[in-house]
Amino acid sequence: MTPAVVAEGVYQAYGRQPALRGVSLSLAAGEATALLGPNGAGKSTLLRILSTLERASRGTVTWSGRDADAATRASIGLVAHESLCYADLSARENLTFFGSLYGVVDPAARAAQLLQRVALEAAADRPARTYSRGMLQRLALARALVHAPRLLLLDEPLTGLDRQGTQLVVDLLLEEKARGTSLLVVSHELPAIAPLCDRVLVLARGRIVKDEPLTAGSDLARIYDEALPS
Amino acid sequence: MSYASCVMRLVWKDVVVELRRKELVYASVFFAGVVLLVFAFSFLGGERPTLDVAAGVLWVTVALTGTLGIGRAFEREREGDTWRALLLSPLPRTALYVGKLVSLCMLMSLVVSVSAFGVGLLFGAPLADHAGQVALLLLLGVVGFSAIASLFAASLGRSRSRDLLLPLIVYPLVVPVLIAGARGTAGLLMGEDPALPAFWTRFLFVFDLIFVTLGLWTFEPLAASEG
Repeated sequence: MTPAVVAEGVYQAYGRQPALRGVSLSLAAGEATALLGPNGAGKSTLLRILSTLERASRGTVTWSGRDADAATRASIGLVAHESLCYADLSARENLTFFGSLYGVVDPAARAAQLLQRVALEAAADRPARTYSRGMLQRLALARALVHAPRLLLLDEPLTGLDRQGTQLVVDLLLEEKARGTSLLVVSHELPAIAPLCDRVLVLARGRIVKDEPLTAGSDLARIYDEALPS
Repeated sequence: MSYASCVMRLVWKDVVVELRRKELVYASVFFAGVVLLVFAFSFLGGERPTLDVAAGVLWVTVALTGTLGIGRAFEREREGDTWRALLLSPLPRTALYVGKLVSLCMLMSLVVSVSAFGVGLLFGAPLADHAGQVALLLLLGVVGFSAIASLFAASLGRSRSRDLLLPLIVYPLVVPVLIAGARGTAGLLMGEDPALPAFWTRFLFVFDLIFVTLGLWTFEPLAASEG
């Protein structure tokens, strides 16, 4: 099966400061990969490039064998640092609006389904500005899933979530993975994402310094420490 | 989804957000009122300002309030990073430009209507006598102004000095709009040769055509670089 995304020799610099120095990776369908690294390693830059929001200075990226075009964008879901939702619209309105932009056949029904799945039904018609950080994070995930993407890029998806919320999000991501969605998860909540991931990439100073498969007993923290000894 | 539906969805979203916040309309109308009052008081005690001065005041008000409204409209898209969410969607990028252009034209038209009423009231300008032609000139001016300002407001994106840069870039480019609008409106108010306002109306139409086309052509690379 064609990988969901393939990056080859991706280099990105801001001014004279390189953020990525020749990153190559391939994400298979239904594979969940943890992307770890210290602050400033280039994780968010890599996610922006893989989400089509930025173009790499050098190197190539293909999504299911295609270049970045409208069809590619329709196959990607992104959870970023911000919610990517309108504060003055309710959760239902946000999801219905974005669903319609992605050409979802019945965006209202899809919004209702996702609201129930992320436990936001009770607050569905309140403006998003009234939400707590954890509620916003669940709304952000629902927005990223509204069009059933084949590639899901998650930048700290567990930020602001309590234990219940964390479990809900992890369960939802496991469902997406079982559906065949490729996941790339950037997180510092290593124990929480460990059960989700099949593989770990460690990024440091813009380079992948470790690429290792995970098994049931793998310890993400130990792998991270081995890759980046202090 | 058709191109028109994409644009309509984007406009619907902007309208709903503005109806809930009312921030842009209130701020722009208030600012327009203050600008008109400052001009009106500056002429107090002297001779009544001529009609071409009234036309100039109207178009200066359009320019000042337009920059305020457009800058704030794009700032709003940066809250929650929603501009990125729009860039991530499979919509044609030009639909984002057209959607923003239509929304801003609607906002500016409302503010310009209030400003025109204020100019009529404070400067005794007989705008109502030429309502249709003045409205056409103002509409064309609003489209030209919004076409340029939307393009640069989107492309300035995350630049830290965007609030300063936007007027610095936009004003020199919209000078032809302001001159054409002011001369056309003055010609109408002063009862000059009807060929003169007609010329400025055609000028604005051609200007709009050029800058809307340029916007559609350059928006994708400019917006993509700000993702």
